[in-house]
Amino acid sequence: MNPLSSGLPPRSGLGLKTEHFREVLGAQPDIGFFEVHAENYMVAGGPFHHFLGLIREQYPLSLHGVGLSIGAEGPLDNQHLQRLAALIERYQPQSFSEHLAWSSHGPVFLNDLLPLAYDAPTLNRVCEHIDQVQSTLKRPMLLENPATYLAFQRSTIDEADFISEVIRRTGCGLLLDVNNIYVSCINHQRDPLAYIDALPLHAVGEIHLAGFAEDTDSLGDRLLIDDHGAPIDNAVWTLYRQVLERVGPIATLIERDNQLPAFSVLHAEARQADELLHCAGGRS
Amino acid sequence: MSTQAAFATALLDPQRPCPEGLFSANGADPASRFAVYRNNVQNSLINALADSYPVVSQLVGDEFFRAMAGLYVQRCPPQGPLINDYGKDFAEFIDRFEPAASVPYLADMARLERLRVQAYHAADAQPLRHEQIAAALSDPQALSELTVGFHPSLNLLTSAFAVISIWAAHQQDATLAGIELDHGQNALVLRNGLEVEVFAIDHGAGTFIQNLQNGQSLTQALETAPAFDLSQTLALLISHNVITHLHHNQVSP
Repeated sequence: MNPLSSGLPPRSGLGLKTEHFREVLGAQPDIGFFEVHAENYMVAGGPFHHFLGLIREQYPLSLHGVGLSIGAEGPLDNQHLQRLAALIERYQPQSFSEHLAWSSHGPVFLNDLLPLAYDAPTLNRVCEHIDQVQSTLKRPMLLENPATYLAFQRSTIDEADFISEVIRRTGCGLLLDVNNIYVSCINHQRDPLAYIDALPLHAVGEIHLAGFAEDTDSLGDRLLIDDHGAPIDNAVWTLYRQVLERVGPIATLIERDNQLPAFSVLHAEARQADELLHCAGGRS
Repeated sequence: MSTQAAFATALLDPQRPCPEGLFSANGADPASRFAVYRNNVQNSLINALADSYPVVSQLVGDEFFRAMAGLYVQRCPPQGPLINDYGKDFAEFIDRFEPAASVPYLADMARLERLRVQAYHAADAQPLRHEQIAAALSDPQALSELTVGFHPSLNLLTSAFAVISIWAAHQQDATLAGIELDHGQNALVLRNGLEVEVFAIDHGAGTFIQNLQNGQSLTQALETAPAFDLSQTLALLISHNVITHLHHNQVSP
């Protein structure tokens, strides 16, 4: 078993939504783990901490950051890093993950996961930032592969090679977002399986599954948008099966942040992932 | 300008062209791809404001609200990654936003909704038990020098409009019929356990609570407050669990 995945069980998990706090506590559904966005819990007190504290007593927790801006040209926000350290100390999550992206420029926070030019200076900077995160938090983090909509002429390194090198240099793990892979590969005319096989799959510590929205670009070609607002697409389920054939059963999150359905709908998707994880466990 | 500086500037200003140096693998115009990021940034921040200011949005309608919030996003983008905090000065923006001038109570509604968000996330604090408060208040000698500590969620708002009545109407059928809109109100906002509550209180009661919050003793706080019902006000504060400390000031010899 991959040491980086040792924290979360090889089960499916759900994003914990405030709308579902009471239902989760009341019904205690059979869910492998819950994941929360770290920034939502960077508040002094009140219901968010009340419910997360109670739910954490009963479920493993994945803390997922969306605001650290690891790919930013400027330095990391040390105050934000300290807030993360405090949350980790308080809730002792089994996993902490962040994105290969940037979201802040100077003091301005743009609230989106923005794309990076893949070249040597970016690689050095991202590795330095991850080193700083891991030494401050005193634990390895998982880095999530991005969903992107365009590319930089400046890029000199293939995205999968870039991620492989970050993982080799920093010792961080990989949060393999299968929806992001599908979205990016359609948007950039890449072969998703070739992309997956170019990644360091030994480092996968968690998997994300989600739904996407569909648009078209100026040529009328499919442009997929990672909006976490729809059920998981069949193509992503297929790719997930192929991933599990390669990595075996690994904690898998069903992500849904928009157009939130009833808890039972998300639970059904989680059960579907659990069945595949169970099969993958039987095979390995 | 660095790559990310150019990207950030163009994300926030829809008038600017797509930054240089970008391409799409299929040869599509990169601007049609860049638009996805621009929409994500704009819409996610407008949605964050809509979540924090639901009644402001209802008062002006979704379309007007999103246009107004979009201008705010361009002029005042978040200065940090804590989106729960975003829009703290939205009320001041609304005050200066001419097209909203026909809804004169809109900015105060934003102030009230901001206080509700702050109260929701405010630090936890254990209220005094009712017996403890009763014991402290039973000694008339010590009463005059007593200072009161409130729950961190407690806040006050004075408005020249009937903001609380308007807010309450929007929790139900959203009709403003029967509300005297320019009848000023004083709001007391607090979190009682897990629930944020809003009360309309007398001007005198508001001044009294404000004085206590500034550290004045009960006697001092009463002296400068216009007439109000003291026992009713204390009963409100006690029954909604916002008194966390009672201190007897040491009188200097």
